[in-house]
Formats: sequence, C-alpha cells, structure tokens
Amino acid sequence: MTTTTSTPTAAAQRALDAAVLPRRFGWWYVAEAQLRSMKAYGWTIVASGVGQPLLYLLGIGLGLAAFLDVSVAEGPDGPVDYVTFVAPALLMTAAVGVAMDEFTYAVMSGFKWRRLYYAPNASPVSPPQLATGVVVACVGRMLFTAVAYYALMVAFGAVGDPVTGLLIPLVGVLAGLAFGLPVMAYSASIKDDRGQFALVQRFVFTPMFLFSGTFYPLDTVPVALQWIGWVSPVWHASEIGRALSYGSAPGAWPVGLHLAVLLLMAGVGGVLAGRVFTRRLRG
Amino acid sequence: MTPVITAHGLTKRFGDLTAVDGIDFEVAAGESFGLLGPNGAGKSTTMRMVGAVSTRSGGDLRVLDLDPETHGPEIRSQLGVVPQEDNLDTELTVRDNLLVYGRYFGLPRRVCAERADELLEFAQLTEKTKVKTDDLSGGMKRRLTIARALINDPRILMLDEPTTGLDPQARHVLWDRLFRLKEAGTTLVVTTHYMDEAEQLCDRLVVVDHGRIMAEGSPAELIRRYSTREVVELRFGSTRNADAAERMAGVTERIEVLPDRVLLYADDGESVVEKVLALGLEPTTSLVRRSSLEDVFLRLTGRSLIE
Repeated sequence: MTTTTSTPTAAAQRALDAAVLPRRFGWWYVAEAQLRSMKAYGWTIVASGVGQPLLYLLGIGLGLAAFLDVSVAEGPDGPVDYVTFVAPALLMTAAVGVAMDEFTYAVMSGFKWRRLYYAPNASPVSPPQLATGVVVACVGRMLFTAVAYYALMVAFGAVGDPVTGLLIPLVGVLAGLAFGLPVMAYSASIKDDRGQFALVQRFVFTPMFLFSGTFYPLDTVPVALQWIGWVSPVWHASEIGRALSYGSAPGAWPVGLHLAVLLLMAGVGGVLAGRVFTRRLRG
Repeated sequence: MTPVITAHGLTKRFGDLTAVDGIDFEVAAGESFGLLGPNGAGKSTTMRMVGAVSTRSGGDLRVLDLDPETHGPEIRSQLGVVPQEDNLDTELTVRDNLLVYGRYFGLPRRVCAERADELLEFAQLTEKTKVKTDDLSGGMKRRLTIARALINDPRILMLDEPTTGLDPQARHVLWDRLFRLKEAGTTLVVTTHYMDEAEQLCDRLVVVDHGRIMAEGSPAELIRRYSTREVVELRFGSTRNADAAERMAGVTERIEVLPDRVLLYADDGESVVEKVLALGLEPTTSLVRRSSLEDVFLRLTGRSLIE
C-alpha cells in the first residue's frame, strides 16, 4: 500500500500502519460488538432457543403423532415417523425466525432509532465490513439455536441418522441466511417504519412456515400453492435436512439443487445488503 | 508545517442542490479550526467529506496527506469524531462503550482498557463507569462521546455542534475539557452556530453560508474587520423600533434593525447612547456590549445566525 506521492509523510505513514488490522478484521470487531450487545437479551435467546423446540417436539412427538395412524411421508426405505419428518423443518423455521429477529427491526434501529451503525462508520470499518459483522454475529445466534434444536431432536429420537444429521444445524444457518440476507438488504433500505416488518411477518414468514412442506410433503399441497415452497428457503433447507436425517424420498429434487437455490438467495441478498449499507452510510 | 487538512474547490452536490460550493481552506497541525454558519450552511457535509464518510463531487481534498477517496480507513484511523447526534450504545455501560469502540480501530483489549480508564477520568465520568449509558445526563453523554472519540489517540478531533442542546453549565464543563485538549496540542475542527463557542474554542475560523466561505480569520480579526469595537442594543418595543431607527440615522455609521431590537455599531458605545437620549428618544432598555461574531455574521449575510 503506497500513497500517490513517492514517500508518505510521517502522519500518512502512521495512518497507513494503523489501518492494516481494521482493513482485514473490521468485520470481526463489529461481530464482537454485536455479540456483546446480544448479552443484554441473552436469556431470551437461550429460553427461546431451547424452549421453542421443546414445546414443538413435545406437542408433535407426544401429542399430534399419537393421533396419526397413517404415515404422511415416505423415506427411501418406506414410511417415516411423523416427528422425524417434521423435526428438520421445525429446526429450519427456528433458524429463519432468528434471522427475522436480527435482520428486521435491529437493522432499521442501527440506521434510524438508535443510530448504532454510525459509530463504527466513523472508524476505519467499512460499510460492507459492518454488514458482514452484523451477519457473523447473527450466524452465531442461529448456530446456537440450531444446535440446541438438533440436540433435542436427537433426544426425542426424531433423527434417522444422528451422524449425517450433525450437518443439519449448518443447513439451518444457511436457511437463515437465504431468508435473512435479502431481508437485511430490504431493512437497510427502509427510511420510515410504516409497518413493513409486520407485513413481512404475516405475508412472508408465516406462509413460508405453513406452506413449505413443513407439516406435510409439498407435493401433497394443491399445485397452485406449491410455488410458495419452491421460493421458500425453509422448504429447500428442510428437504436437505430430511435427506441428511433419513434419506431423500423417492422422486425428490436432488440435494445439490436445493443447496444451489439457498446459496443463490444468500449470495444475492448478501451482495445487495453490502451495497445498501454502503449507499446509506456513504452519501 | 504541512497542513493536516487541505481543501481546494471542495464541492458536494446532492442532485440539484449544491451543499458545499467550491470551498478552500487549510488546517495546520495543532490548530483549532472552526466552521461557523447557520443550520444548512454545509458545515456538516464538509465535516463528513473530511471524515472520509462522504465522497466529494468535485475539487481536491487531502487529510494527513492522503486522499479520502482511496484511503478512507487510513484517514478514519487517525480521526476522532464527535457527531451532532450522540450515537452511543445506550444498552451498554459507560466503560463498555469505550472498549467496544476502541476495538473498531484494531486496538488490543488491554490498550482499550487502559485508555478507557484514562479517558473516563478526563471526561470526569470515573464514578459512572458501570452505569448504563442511557442513565447519563445530556452533558455526560456528550463528554462520553468525546472520550470515545479519543480512544484511538486521534491526530484530529472533529466536533460537529458539540454543545447544541446542553444547558449553560454543561457547556462550560465541556469547553473546559476541549480547551485542555487544545492546550495539549490536539488539532480540533469544530462546527458551530454558536458565536460564544467559536470565540471560546477556535484560533481561526471560516464563516460559511449557502455552502460558500464568506470570511476567514481569527475571531478577533473578523470582529475588527467586519464590525466595530462595541455594539449598542436598544429596545423601543417591536412596533416602534423601525421609526426610532429612522430618527437615529446619522448617530453612528451603521444601524441594523432586528425584529426585537435596534443595533448601533460604534467604537464608543456610551457616547452613542448619549446622542440617542439627546434626540429625545427613550428606549425601554439599552445595553452596550463588545462586538461578537454574531455581528460579523449579520454584517456578512444580512441575517442573524440563529433564526
């Protein structure tokens, strides 16, 4: 790194030296700060991370499944337990729920209500580094939630192969990013809160939870509604999760295709979020 | 000495609006430099360009001999920025705000901790170390923001309207702290629309209006050049000020009629008051005071600074 002049002045040299670490690790400094501020609501994170799967798995495993005489889903080796079928989708939904938490109001608050992003913005940290740090901290929270979910799934006997199943929490994180990064870009672009996030919750998150083949296979849904699954990160991630748990059902889409869709959504969302952060912070 | 900031023809446009219209200035190391002007004059936009968080639309700008376009992180690593609106993390404690901020500069945690303790003492917040930031008074929050801006031992401290919204006592405490920094050799760049603040803090300043520099000099020079030694403020009641001003024409060289008072510019205020009384005029109140930067601004723009 050199300045346009041949020899930098002492002050310029000091600046060049001081920016070496932040240019490389700025994103991590932001993640550190974000994780530190998550401590403020740490108990909520732990309680919802453990409590939610406990309630769902108890309700479905001991409650609903007890009334179901016929199997709703097939694995490669025949019918699958209802709770085993539903569990991966519940985990994916939980990870996506964390993304809904961290990438909506929290992002808008950073720009508008609490203006927290403007403090690191005046430091050597760049806007894309800032966005990355926010994402990395959220990945940490998603991973915690997904691992806790997975541990309970195993405890409830809701995983076919607990070893290949170890990858399921990672797929959960990817699902969270595939949904969360486009939402993050949208949240960063909003200047005034006119209830947009409530609409996202009602008309994106909830239908995605209900119609993504969460509680019954997507191909049993009327064709007119199946597209919701095709564009839903929850469906793609759940299908991968099921493949990792008990194997793909006959006629299922290849796992690679599901993975590609998730990566594409996360990738496009990530690039957009970085751009919107830059536009917003560097007028 | 090489200037730490050099701007030539610096311009910023937002669509059709030209917020900063080709300004030139230099700031020397250790100098305390002020941008004085009303709200919307282009002061904050200039600060954002110098702070390498806003790209210029035209002209040249160098900070610490580096170009903000290409060396933003390098320049920002050497700046301390006190923004117009506090953006402390109100959920964190006072000390944690400093620790978190120091990390953005890549400082090791140990260094952050040492500096945080020193700065809390400097900002007179040692007793509030473990308090949640939300519970601080406005003046304390401002001092904490200044302490935070100093965590990276900056070459240049940039303060955007540092005392706006503070009560008089809190302002004086803050000025005292800033004055100490100035004495210690820190380069200060201050924007303000308060005359008293500019007079207290700035060695040299530019008066900015509509994105242009109207005048430049030390507070005393500007007052000498654009005003008189003293100013007489007379109040006759809002309906009678204009009539009274007409009758006083010729008493002194320059008279300004404001909605609530009439200003008469003269080197000897008392003798002007005597002449006015001799005309048979009876102001309800009269005050002779020293000229200030407010008078300079009025002279340069025909408008009062705080409207």
